[in-house]
Amino acid sequence: MEHHRERSDHRPQDLPQVLIIRPPPVFTLFEEKFISSKFQFLKAWESTLPLDQFLTNYAGSVRAVLCSGASLITLDIIRLLPSLQLVVTASAGINHIDLNECRRLGIVVTNAAAVYSDDGADAAVGLLIDVLRKISAADRFVRHGLWPAKGEYPLGSKLGGKRVGIVGLGGFGLAAAKRLEAFGCTVLYNSRKQKPFVPYPFYSNVYDLAADSDALIICCGLTAETRHMVNREVMLALGKQGIIINIARGAIINEKEMVECLVQGEIGGAGLDVFENEPNVPKELFELDNVVLSPHRVVFTPDGFMAACELVVGNLEAFFSDKPLLSSVMDE
Amino acid sequence: MANKETQQQFSSEELPIVLVNRLPSFKLPFQDHLLSHFHLLDPHDSPETYDSFLSRHSNSIRALITVGPTPVTAEFLNLLPRLELIVGTSAGLNHIDLSACRSRGIAVTHSSSAFSEDVADCAVGLLTDVLRRISAADRFVRDRMWPVKKEYPIGFKLGGKRVGIVGLGSIGSEVAKRISAFGCIIAYNSRKKKQSVPFPFYASVCDLAANSDVLILCCALTEETHHIVNKDVMVALGKQGVIINVGRGSLIDEKELVQSLVRGEIGGAGLDVFENEPNVPKELFELDNVVLSPHCAVMTPQSFEALLELIVTNLKAFFSSKPLLSAVSIE
Repeated sequence: MEHHRERSDHRPQDLPQVLIIRPPPVFTLFEEKFISSKFQFLKAWESTLPLDQFLTNYAGSVRAVLCSGASLITLDIIRLLPSLQLVVTASAGINHIDLNECRRLGIVVTNAAAVYSDDGADAAVGLLIDVLRKISAADRFVRHGLWPAKGEYPLGSKLGGKRVGIVGLGGFGLAAAKRLEAFGCTVLYNSRKQKPFVPYPFYSNVYDLAADSDALIICCGLTAETRHMVNREVMLALGKQGIIINIARGAIINEKEMVECLVQGEIGGAGLDVFENEPNVPKELFELDNVVLSPHRVVFTPDGFMAACELVVGNLEAFFSDKPLLSSVMDE
Repeated sequence: MANKETQQQFSSEELPIVLVNRLPSFKLPFQDHLLSHFHLLDPHDSPETYDSFLSRHSNSIRALITVGPTPVTAEFLNLLPRLELIVGTSAGLNHIDLSACRSRGIAVTHSSSAFSEDVADCAVGLLTDVLRRISAADRFVRDRMWPVKKEYPIGFKLGGKRVGIVGLGSIGSEVAKRISAFGCIIAYNSRKKKQSVPFPFYASVCDLAANSDVLILCCALTEETHHIVNKDVMVALGKQGVIINVGRGSLIDEKELVQSLVRGEIGGAGLDVFENEPNVPKELFELDNVVLSPHCAVMTPQSFEALLELIVTNLKAFFSSKPLLSAVSIE
């Protein structure tokens, strides 16, 4: 393990190791924030060995792994980590982790959704205002010199009074609801289960929610149940003036059907931060003025990243001190 | 909008007379609706010369609608000795000589309450866009750069930002309500401190700027507020500072603003209004930290419906000698 000792020779050799297969973006940006007296990192990506061989040779006693969306924790990887007890993801999403296998083996998972809720809600509402009031489209109009030539710009649509259906009323969804109320929107929601003490009308499925909404904001996680949950049927129920905002995961929407609906005018517009096959975006969307496109980072801010670092380190330190974890993902 | 009136009982000649004051390039919105309530006189629809039309009708004109930014000057008022009411259709009033109105005892109504929510929504939308780089990111993706460049700058958090609202009238109050929900900290400047308002008051825009991360301009354009945001204010706001303007272009010294933005001396701007619309300084087209809007913060069908209702209500109240709904108090 000489090449690893070179990099970590300033740390005591008996600190427990946290495996990183591929570094989360926040780790690459702020590595110094992850330094701890309670653990050290085992950096698989720095090795020239193929991954499975590296894990077999060096990760036998690893109890914790740090990952994020781009670093999948698959069944095969879990099988190569016989001592694994904890998966810490720096992301809000957990769909890149084989949760069934973790559950089966009693491996606990923590995520960082809590630190992104406010920023995610700001982004979702910002995208909704943009689509409804055509802010980015009007900006293009002005930048292309069309204002003196063409005169007035087409009307947008008022936010107040709009019925906004939130898909997934977790931290993001609740934060978005609070903001939407300040604009005079009526909030509705769909969730796996109805939430007690929440003042908004509950719809047990997305189709019914869409039928009663002017806009949908997707805030839920990607699971087998939610994959392609927003399909053509749901979009037709939402209607020709309907707007979809997605800051969650691209695959929650049937992207091919959404593009068709947008091109055919079956829905009114969309604000999208996530796509099924990032960084590829369906080219048809580039021609549309009623769509706002974002490269999967509208939720991120430096503050959010800092908070994610702290939460990740906090979870790891708690784990290695046998203290309760800060943000373990509960099965609902 | 449902016409709540019963069948009109009067012929057109018996409906109250209202003069339409408009620049030729501006059309009177809702003309059909208004025709069912009022006898509209429009000099541009007459083959007569403008002056001849006005002098022929001047004795019967007690009320006029001035469309959009069509000016009402003292000289114009001299041609209408019987005028008692001016109804404005825009949120602003800077195109009307208010002191000439005051000295002639002419009441003026404004329409800002019809627009306040929509303008506030737009102001917050522009702020979110600038801080989180939404339009810039949209350009990045549409230019097909995402697969190529991968890295793209992220934006800034809204929560905890100190937002200074310049002008806490109906629009400013709606902005404050929305911005609070994002966790921003609000302070304001106004002509006078408002007693029942919980936010800190700053008597000068410069002091407000020095204590703010963002300035949102929601006030009217008057002699006092012309170029109220000048170089000193921008320096006080600082290199990370953001300015949002949904008031009037001339609230800001636009030449200084452009220089400050180009030199990176302020952080960004979201602008719905400009000093010389529809002309926008071309330097702004090169900047990613600026969002440009073609003076459409008021532009929703819903605000236009509210505007029509306000205009009709004010005119009917006037002709029934009842109190006006949105009279401007001309101090």
